[in-house]
Amino acid sequence: MNDTAMVNDKNLIEGKTGMWEVVLGLEVHAQIISNSKLFSGAATNFGAEPNTQVSLVDAAFPGMLPVINEKCVEQAVKTGLGLNAQINLRSVFDRKNYFYADLPAGYQISQYLDPIVGKGTIILDLPGGEHRAVGITRLHLEQDAGKSLHDQHPSKTYVDLNRAGVALMEIVSEPDMRCSDEAAAYLKKLRSILRYLGTCDGNMDEGSMRCDVNVSVRRPGDALGTRCEIKNVNSIRYVAAAIEHEARRQIEILEEGGSIRQETRLWDPGKGVTRSMRSKEEAHDYRYFPDPDLLPLNLDPKWVESLKAGLPELPDAKRQRFIKEFGLSDYDAGVLVAERESAAFYEAAAKGRDAKLTANWITSELFGKLNAAGKDVTESPVSAEAIGELIGLISDNTISGRIAKDVFAEMFETGRAAGEIVEAKGLRQVLDTGAIDAEIDKIMAANADKVAEYRGGKDKLLGFFVGQVMKAMGGKANPAMLNERLKAKLAG
Amino acid sequence: MSLDSKTVARIATLARIRVPETDLPGLAQELSGIMTWIEQLNEVDTRGVQPMSGVLARDMPRRADVVNDGGDPQKVLANAPEPAHGFFTVPKVIE
Amino acid sequence: MSDLTHLTIAAALDGLAAKKFSARELGEAHLGAMAKHKKLNAYITETPETALQQADASDKRRAAGKAGALDGIPLGIKDLFCTEGVLTTAGSHILDGFKPTYESTVTRNLFNAGAVMLGKLNLDEFAMGSSNKTSYYGSVVNPWKRTGDNTDLVPGGSSGGSAAAVAARIAMGATGTDTGGSIRQPAALTGTVGIKPTYGRCSRWGIVAFASSLDQAGPIARSVEDCAIMLGAMAGHDPKDSTSVEMAVPDFRRALTGDIRGLRIGIPREYRVNGMSAEIDALWAQGAEWLKVQGAELKEISLPHTKYALPTYYIIAPAEASSNLARYDGVRFGLRVPGNSLDEMYELTRAAGFGKEVKRRILIGTYVLSAGYYDAYYLQAQRVRALILKDFTEAFKDVDVILTPSTPSAAFGFHENEDDPVQMYLNDVFTVTVNLAGLPGISVPAGLDAKGLPLGLQLIGRAFDEETLLRTAGVLERCADFTALPAGV
Ligand SMILES: [Mg+2]
Ligand SMILES: [Zn+2]
Repeated sequence: MNDTAMVNDKNLIEGKTGMWEVVLGLEVHAQIISNSKLFSGAATNFGAEPNTQVSLVDAAFPGMLPVINEKCVEQAVKTGLGLNAQINLRSVFDRKNYFYADLPAGYQISQYLDPIVGKGTIILDLPGGEHRAVGITRLHLEQDAGKSLHDQHPSKTYVDLNRAGVALMEIVSEPDMRCSDEAAAYLKKLRSILRYLGTCDGNMDEGSMRCDVNVSVRRPGDALGTRCEIKNVNSIRYVAAAIEHEARRQIEILEEGGSIRQETRLWDPGKGVTRSMRSKEEAHDYRYFPDPDLLPLNLDPKWVESLKAGLPELPDAKRQRFIKEFGLSDYDAGVLVAERESAAFYEAAAKGRDAKLTANWITSELFGKLNAAGKDVTESPVSAEAIGELIGLISDNTISGRIAKDVFAEMFETGRAAGEIVEAKGLRQVLDTGAIDAEIDKIMAANADKVAEYRGGKDKLLGFFVGQVMKAMGGKANPAMLNERLKAKLAG
Repeated sequence: MSLDSKTVARIATLARIRVPETDLPGLAQELSGIMTWIEQLNEVDTRGVQPMSGVLARDMPRRADVVNDGGDPQKVLANAPEPAHGFFTVPKVIE
Repeated sequence: MSDLTHLTIAAALDGLAAKKFSARELGEAHLGAMAKHKKLNAYITETPETALQQADASDKRRAAGKAGALDGIPLGIKDLFCTEGVLTTAGSHILDGFKPTYESTVTRNLFNAGAVMLGKLNLDEFAMGSSNKTSYYGSVVNPWKRTGDNTDLVPGGSSGGSAAAVAARIAMGATGTDTGGSIRQPAALTGTVGIKPTYGRCSRWGIVAFASSLDQAGPIARSVEDCAIMLGAMAGHDPKDSTSVEMAVPDFRRALTGDIRGLRIGIPREYRVNGMSAEIDALWAQGAEWLKVQGAELKEISLPHTKYALPTYYIIAPAEASSNLARYDGVRFGLRVPGNSLDEMYELTRAAGFGKEVKRRILIGTYVLSAGYYDAYYLQAQRVRALILKDFTEAFKDVDVILTPSTPSAAFGFHENEDDPVQMYLNDVFTVTVNLAGLPGISVPAGLDAKGLPLGLQLIGRAFDEETLLRTAGVLERCADFTALPAGV
């Protein structure tokens, strides 16, 4: 696609001298789910006591050597397949040389010229139901660094190497995004895919997924501008804020006749600004070269094929299927498939039930209540089967949708089954026309003036009558039947 | 290629080795001598030759994903110059 | 008792088996000799308590009929091998006080075979050097002297402590490491035998790394057979080293059949370098003649890229070293010089902790990898390295073993050719090709020069064919019949 053809007016930012387009590329570091580290047998659990998950390899003691973890290779290949990317059957590990307190060897084992995964694609699900493809440039395997704690001592930085050597996938996008919404959608979609694959838990709070954003601005139609890399943008909310701030900063400089210096900047979430990391810039020359302690990584194409065959159904495919198989709207299907667990919950609940009705109930009622309670779908007090039962009671007219909401609230509170609550509280809806007619007659008799007004043309009063009769019947009248009878009787 | 003092200062910084200003010219001369000798490699026609980073032409061995190391912070910290509360320490870093 | 120190390992094993002496007696004899030869400065750390403990344990094992392949044999360990609980220095100030909490695979293998450790042997700092002058712990002195001249001579390097100790009979055998000739060159300069096995034969785990794609451990001993015995114990697949090869270790001692009839010996014409002494040239011809008389066939071969091996090495080895030595930063072990910032601490620690030659190589390595120079230097060196390997691959289509001199000269004095690093680097001109190609090479003492100093001949074998190499070396050794001893030993 021609770069300039993608200009979308609604994404442009207005400066003092005209419109600007923001160009965004994301670099995501995703910690691989594995028991042990990329090149050592130390554990990877988050939050352990300092230096308790450190092998002498991770701490770069003299004579220590790396041996690659097969699971980490598998996870990277799976992720590449999930991103519809090229899997490179031969890749090479390089050393990226620099000194830092949390980098014990003085180099990071990474992949530079020959990464394990090449070009791929990710489909963004944008607000408003639009979908757009963003290119993946590459995915490579590398070691995580340790952690420096700067606030524990007045004159010292403390170093904990528990994280040092944990496997990371660095996933680099093409500069294909044009606004913070797209960047956010990219992160959400990527996280969703990683979670489906079980290759990264995507937990940005714990740092298992971290994001650097490359931001540049240009006049629509112009060549790419100079970019700045914003580091440490570690929540989806901050990504939007950091992009807005950085784009504004660059536009301001350019509009005042300045030029952008290519540099690394740090997002300061406290102040809501990005600032230059000049210290990091000065002497950077990573002197990449192939790690002589390792050999090239060769993959068996048959093994890659078998991983491909074993991939779970991913969000895009699942969304398509939900639309086709269950007749869901693109939006509802998208909401349900965002997490593998919610999609599975939905499918279990919808089994043998009205699929669209089930989708409505889950996306609105259940997710609403879960959200308010700060729980996710795996912690739902109402099981998929229990919701299914409730849907069944609505579908077979045992209860009305209105009553069902009360029943559901109680299910959520107490964990009791829908049928049980309906019986115990006598909530079955009244389907007997005689009983409905009798209540209608009573209400009409008591409101003769309103009946006259209605018959004089004030149609809106129908709602008043419906409400009165429902109230008198404890909400249990079948709404369709009530409507029909009431209209007939009011018509005289 | 002869290295000047400025280049030597730059690579010394990259390598984190403090070199006194006064030593730079001498060091530059010495390293230039070595590099000049090394540059006879330019005579070799290497067009079409694959660079070789190691002699072993075989598959890289892989480990099973099991935890069989770590868990012994004493071992890791035993030789540390100034450990504190289970951490390594360095002069405070201001980011 | 002192003649116990003159036994070969093979003879000592026989004596121990026949109960002629105990491992303790053997150990004590060596500890006694060590005390008499302190001036050689061969050991950085002596470990007499460990030695006697291990010797006693060995005697018990032997009594129980459970003796290993090296049971009771007192060895020196190059101080590049990490030894659990024992100071390990790499000959450098920067590893001050470093006591590993782990044991290198090679030393572990040796101890599992019953070996006794006498101590940690001196070496060039981080194994960078060919004279043993760069050690923070002072130079090692070669036990050999020129006839009628008391000038101290270098033992070669970097395994100079290992070679000197074996020559002086203060270790029965010693471990070495060889990145560009660091086993074979000192062996040649001290009248000992040293073998660098094929890259991947011995585990590098727990050996302080110099240049990872070239480093390989091997033994220095007083006979080819002793080297075969030691190598058998040191070698073997190690899952902790990705470059350690999964391959059974042959019985190297059994390879020494003494029969080389029909073997094709290559004589590479490019090894006849400028300025090589007539003596060495003559010795080389003599060696070829010996092998021919024993039934081998001589063939002139060509290794056309030989002259580029040293400059190639001086890009690749420093490049890898500049990265391997980045971990010596004052944070987790070794020397720390305080600084006001992290970078200042790094710079001061590394400036104080590394010696001149190590710094020189780190700077060269940093330079050749840096932006703008990588392609011209590092990539070009990698390509030439491929050509050097190809030279050997071609040659080994026609021959089984290659014969060359080990070194361009005999041992030299401490102040000879010391100002020009390039002159010093030329010491490895015959040995370094073998490391670049990952092949096995062995130096065998073949005679004395006019001044009474030992000279060695080198044999080079096919990858993982140490058996043919050792077999040929055994025959060469028998023909040379080198029995001279350094003065005072
Ligand atoms: Mg990056
Ligand atoms: Zn990265």
